[in-house]
Amino acid sequence: MTGPFSQQNWQTWFSDWTFFADGFLRTIYISLLALMFTFLIGIIAGILLCGNNRIILSLLKGYMSFFQNTPLVIQIFIYYNVLPKIGVLLSVEAIGVLGLALYTGAYAADIVHSAIKAVPTGQMEAASSQGFSYLQTMFFVILPQAIKIGLPPMTNQAVNLIKNSSVLAVIAGGELMYRADVWSGSNLIYGPTFVMTGVLYLVICLPISLLARWLEKRSVRNV
Amino acid sequence: MFDRWLHAFEVVFAPRILAFLGQGVVNTLYIAAVSILLSLVFGTILGLMRNSKQRVIQIIATLYIEIVRNIPLTLFIISMRFMTKLPPLESGIAAMTVFTSAIVAEIVRGGLNSIGKGQWEAATSQGFTHTQTLWFVIIPQALRRIRSPLISQFVTTVKDTSFCALVGTYELSFTSKIVMAHRSIVTAEDILTLYLLVAFIYYIINRVFSGFARRERGDAMKGVVR
Repeated sequence: MTGPFSQQNWQTWFSDWTFFADGFLRTIYISLLALMFTFLIGIIAGILLCGNNRIILSLLKGYMSFFQNTPLVIQIFIYYNVLPKIGVLLSVEAIGVLGLALYTGAYAADIVHSAIKAVPTGQMEAASSQGFSYLQTMFFVILPQAIKIGLPPMTNQAVNLIKNSSVLAVIAGGELMYRADVWSGSNLIYGPTFVMTGVLYLVICLPISLLARWLEKRSVRNV
Repeated sequence: MFDRWLHAFEVVFAPRILAFLGQGVVNTLYIAAVSILLSLVFGTILGLMRNSKQRVIQIIATLYIEIVRNIPLTLFIISMRFMTKLPPLESGIAAMTVFTSAIVAEIVRGGLNSIGKGQWEAATSQGFTHTQTLWFVIIPQALRRIRSPLISQFVTTVKDTSFCALVGTYELSFTSKIVMAHRSIVTAEDILTLYLLVAFIYYIINRVFSGFARRERGDAMKGVVR
């Protein structure tokens, strides 16, 4: 059999599987780190959004609006090209984590904010009537309930983050998509490369998507 | 300090560079617009298929949607570019349509499923057939509810066109990358001015869209019987 999916092509692909395994692990590594920072940004920004300090609110709105309405590719280009010129030297992985976290964080902030708002105000009042301070109420009463509401959309954002990590290929990020692009280009073997790359992404993303679906169903039932 | 910013402005806002970026804007809008229209058509069909009573059709649609949604768009863009003979812009459109249709399908299905069972039963009791109920009762109500998530998806689609930069399609992101390599762009100020200009162009396009989405969301809440 000849053509893009010939047996020869598959064999060549499998003989180089470690190259892709390395990229696969790097995708997971970058995504996990970025995800941690995304949660951090989301929770801090989400709580601040519930406050009423005008300056903080407009700063946050500006951040979210800019990062949600401009492409991640452009944001990554900026970090990649401008940071070294002003003396900040970061590895491509670090730039990837920074870019993904700031981008997804802008969405996470929205999710946390609306999850907190979805917790009935009675909860806040009840807690403060029992002598809880604002922060105590937030951490012990509101957030635990908000997490239940915000978890399904947050899980969807996690899938988006993992898929978006493939954008790092534009700055030679060394992750899975970059390797697929480079390897297929230099070996001129496209069929097996793209199929297997798709399968590898599915292996990471599909379980998380299914988890999100399950969480959604469960939260609908509980309401 | 101030001099360098002034110089950056002069360099980036040179007519030749602006004209070149302008071509990128035109291509970005073209890819986005055609992809959005095609995905609307195919996405609606897929969404209806997934709700179909026929097992085979339902399984095909479900498999398509679940597989495509969990693979990065970049992979479709690279595959279309290198494995088909389509010209650059059209291969971008094909890849984005394959991907965005799956997302649109889920939005459509969510809208259809959000309409209560009572609406179906009421229409059937009035002698509507299945297709009639769908067309005259369910879809008009569903359309109201899915307008705002659909528009949000279009914002994402406009941003996603930038992924085509990976295969050297002359849309806005790739043209800006070429401009950056020009010898007149040197300092951090030059680069930042260039990319902020490009970001601003995307921002304007998307704000027009998401402004709509926000207004629609306000409207959508008004007319819906809960």
